[in-house]
Amino acid sequence: MAAFKETKFPADAPAAEKAVGWIDDRFPLTKLWNDQWGTYYAPKNFNFWYIFGVLATLILVLQIVTGIFLTMHYKPDATLAFGSVEYIMREVPWGWLVRYMHSTGASAFFIVIYLHMTRALIYGSYRKPRELIWLFGFAIFLALMAEAFFGYLLPWGQMSYWGAQVIVNLFGAIPLIGPDLSLWIRGDYVVSDATLNRFFAFHVIAIPLVILGLVAAHLIALHEVGSNNPDGIEVKDTLGPDGHPLDAVPSHPYYTFHDLFGVSVFLVIFSTVVFFAPEMGGYFLEYNNFIPADSLKTPLHIAPTWYFTPFYSVLRAITADFMYVLMAVVAAYVVFVFLKSRLAFKTKAIIAVIGLLMIIGMLPAILDAKFWGVVLFGASVMILAALPWLDHSPVRSIRYRPDWHKYVYALFGFAFVTLGYLGTRAPSPIGGVVSQVCTLIYFGFFLLMPWWSTMGRFKPVPKRVTFHPH
Amino acid sequence: MNFPKTLIAILALLPALACASEGGFPLDKAPERGSVTSLQHGAKLFVNYCLNCHAAASMRYNRLKDIGLTDDQIKNNLLFSGEKVGDVMTVALRPADAKAWFGAIPPDLSVIARAKASSAGTGGDYLYTYLRSFYKDDTRPTGWNNMVLPNVAMPHTMWQLQGVRTVKMVEEKDPHDPAKTVHKFAGYEMVKPGSMSANDFDIATADLVYYLEWMAEPAQGTRKRLGVWVLLFLSIFSLLCWRLSASYWKNVK
Repeated sequence: MAAFKETKFPADAPAAEKAVGWIDDRFPLTKLWNDQWGTYYAPKNFNFWYIFGVLATLILVLQIVTGIFLTMHYKPDATLAFGSVEYIMREVPWGWLVRYMHSTGASAFFIVIYLHMTRALIYGSYRKPRELIWLFGFAIFLALMAEAFFGYLLPWGQMSYWGAQVIVNLFGAIPLIGPDLSLWIRGDYVVSDATLNRFFAFHVIAIPLVILGLVAAHLIALHEVGSNNPDGIEVKDTLGPDGHPLDAVPSHPYYTFHDLFGVSVFLVIFSTVVFFAPEMGGYFLEYNNFIPADSLKTPLHIAPTWYFTPFYSVLRAITADFMYVLMAVVAAYVVFVFLKSRLAFKTKAIIAVIGLLMIIGMLPAILDAKFWGVVLFGASVMILAALPWLDHSPVRSIRYRPDWHKYVYALFGFAFVTLGYLGTRAPSPIGGVVSQVCTLIYFGFFLLMPWWSTMGRFKPVPKRVTFHPH
Repeated sequence: MNFPKTLIAILALLPALACASEGGFPLDKAPERGSVTSLQHGAKLFVNYCLNCHAAASMRYNRLKDIGLTDDQIKNNLLFSGEKVGDVMTVALRPADAKAWFGAIPPDLSVIARAKASSAGTGGDYLYTYLRSFYKDDTRPTGWNNMVLPNVAMPHTMWQLQGVRTVKMVEEKDPHDPAKTVHKFAGYEMVKPGSMSANDFDIATADLVYYLEWMAEPAQGTRKRLGVWVLLFLSIFSLLCWRLSASYWKNVK
């Protein structure tokens, strides 16, 4: 550790330069700025898909700032909560704007994050050496789901109340500890004032702290290994005489102003919703949620907000009849792994034992369909974390994969959107079958990825990125 | 597997899924109202016919200044029992009494127009149809029933305006089981005309619904007016950002 040394400036140096110098001697301000943004070299061929990280950061800040103002007037009390939201909408100056920005921001956050994840999927941004970036991002996604779930109870409308009731009851499906666990989460036998208070605590402080920490880790990891790009090649492999990648530009000023433009377009769309369609046809603010929570009146149709519906559909798709299909699918998968994979025999044996236990567990006499619904509901989210190890494609980007891979992605995207759509509707016989088919497609996409991602004729990957000057 | 075929099959199924939603009494479209006079007329009807049993606890009387009424007008015409203009619209009806008399506590109407929206129509459409669908039914404790919300606890408060009507039901073959028949609604029959013609009553109800829609979100006018300016500003801002970004990027080859 070198001894402390005060930087000497000439007497006529600008005051700002002296001030920054004074700070830099004590805190790596300039270094941080340069490492994280100023001279962080990012590939110059970023396209439309690369704006969503910045937008997610913007929305995070927006949610925190509007959230702070909302807590100034919101009352986390079962008798006052509903009225305090209407108080914000009517009596607090600009309260309606802050509230609509927050409610629209919640949905916008998920739209942006889903697009951000789609980008990673199609350009292979999670592949080595970016596995940790993906895992941090995945953890942010989990935290964001928790944040949205806790926050949705706060308006204390019918949908808030019964949505929370349904989701907390899911924990009740866990054998042995389930009922006690859901009681412990609620703090009462039904969703009540105790639940509202603790969800408020999680929503305004616990989860936001976790999210901020994870976002920092996500960005530090990204700036450590460098960004991927639509061609999926490493720009660091081709350095210029100055030691910087030839196909990259410093983030400032190039991406500062490029992203500012992206942000301004986003704000146009965001404001259109905030000012002209804050309910977004019942998807961003559900109509039923304008009725105060009533523990004695269960709504006919309870649906979570749209961003949870793909996973919720998986939950609903697992019915008692469907268990036999699942048993057959698990058995077929184990056989497939044994015949087709090059895993060590020990690993295969472990997979076979797990598969066998699952099949036994799926027998009607052992564990019911509700339990497996919850398991697959959880698995449908958790499986995303495994992507870096499931994708064995020799190239990262979809650009250089066989053309038919695009159909596989399209089918997966279609299944995901269909699950999401069906999750917003009341259950129906046709919808049930379609969501079961989509559930199989959803899991098949991931579980068969080690094989299909290596199949077909891959196109030659260029040494340099594809870039058309603006 | 043939992916395009699977896609087409699922696509073809989707509209069937969308249409398989709930049935229920069809909702009439609430007529477009735009004038302040309609709003004021609606406010008057609301205070006279709804506010005796239903509260609007999020709504202050003096917020009615937003629809062109003065403090004095509110005080002289809309306040009956010593409330102040800054008070919220509560009712003297005690919940326990309401439960005993009607069998249900009348819901607060502050945001009812937003709560009643559904895939069948806007909250306004629902209220407009509901308020015009009462009919005389001696089997009900209040003597009234409703086509939109069958067996509702609420009596027809505006019966003197609309008149007393009964429903005409016809027996029709059950489409699912030819051996059975089902009751089918075939229109209303006027027993005793009210003080308003059918057309005037529709207009009065539309005004009342317009007021309820306004009360559900009094800031909606401001919101839309401000929104135009915000979008105008942001459009110009993004245009400048676009050119600024392009001016930097023209150096990148």
